[in-house]
Amino acid sequence: MIDLLSAGLIVGGLFFYVAGTVGLIRLPDTLSRLHAVTKADNLGLGLLVFGLLLQLSDPLSMLKVLLIWVLVLAASAAGGQLIARHLQHKREESS
Amino acid sequence: MTFDALLLLDMLLAAMMLMLAVAALHSHSLRQGIILFIVFGLVTALAWARLRAPDVALAEAAIGSGVAGALLLAALRDRKPRKQKTPMARPAWQVLTVTYLVIGLALTASWAFLDAQANHAGPRLGAMVQAELANSGVANPVTAVLLNFRAYDTLLELAVLLAALLGVLALGPERTAPRAAGPVVTHLVAWLTPLLIVTAGYLLWVGAHAPGGAFQAGALLAAAGIVVRLSGNPHTGLPSGVWIRMLAVAGCGVFMFVGLASMSGGANLLQYPADWAGTLILLIEIFATLAIAASLVLVYLGGRPESWSSGGKNARA
Repeated sequence: MIDLLSAGLIVGGLFFYVAGTVGLIRLPDTLSRLHAVTKADNLGLGLLVFGLLLQLSDPLSMLKVLLIWVLVLAASAAGGQLIARHLQHKREESS
Repeated sequence: MTFDALLLLDMLLAAMMLMLAVAALHSHSLRQGIILFIVFGLVTALAWARLRAPDVALAEAAIGSGVAGALLLAALRDRKPRKQKTPMARPAWQVLTVTYLVIGLALTASWAFLDAQANHAGPRLGAMVQAELANSGVANPVTAVLLNFRAYDTLLELAVLLAALLGVLALGPERTAPRAAGPVVTHLVAWLTPLLIVTAGYLLWVGAHAPGGAFQAGALLAAAGIVVRLSGNPHTGLPSGVWIRMLAVAGCGVFMFVGLASMSGGANLLQYPADWAGTLILLIEIFATLAIAASLVLVYLGGRPESWSSGGKNARA
């Protein structure tokens, strides 16, 4: 039962990753691509981490997975903001 | 079933490495090539992890992908803008020679692999290391080889790093710092940097009995300095004046000192006394980590930092 739930969560997470990647390839401009990738990947990551947590029994490993989750969330949020900021700078320079 | 799934993953990794390598070499813009090279480094780290070489995987991710990527991007930023050159067409004999060389290399490597698979007789280095591991002072066979059995090689590696650093320092003053990256990144860096320093300390300590060690720890410590600089802060946590020089030579210096001191007891160069081996290895690794971190940050700065000649206060992040 737990295995089934875990597999469902991981497959769901992978679906959001694929959706985000499709958005990255198909969408027309940088900001909308950024929007697709950050939203979809953050949701995908959350589902993936939750699915993996169900597979673990050792609290230390669970803590490590949660730490990875927090680090990737923070890094991808800051990275997305950095790309958007760079884009804004470029627009202000050109206008 | 599990075997097949893992084989699929391995084949996917191998195919991705080849594709990324080709894409990095043939990309139109240098920036794109560098970014593909960084991704190539990360996939290579995964491949090393799959080959059950976590030490190499850590080093590849931290140095081959992280620090080398930062160095390449910094070099790209400094490059003097010049007119786009038309891509040079390579003469046919060059293409043919390289193709034949690569085919020859691949055949030789396959032969060596098959030969090693077929002929099981003969002493294996791995077994010899395992047999002597108890005498090395550490429980991680990789650290035992690097810092004890083949310590001479590691000493020379640190000397090579020092020589490279001297070359970079001869170039002149440091690069200009990048502009401030904004509050979000500044805050991220503010809590990421202590985490990087703690992780570097952990990798240094854990190297005695699990994957880790001076090079990985030094690269992470250097990453902390580089990340601080990239966020727009002009400092990198390097000390100033005489301390920065001491730090740069600390790895080689302490290593040589331990090696020579072991000779005073009648033993060979770098032949540690068995009871002290663990402590001496840790001592060498601590100073090697600091020296590697300082060297990589200095190489990233691309020249002598402002604090090089001032004898100001000692401020290490």
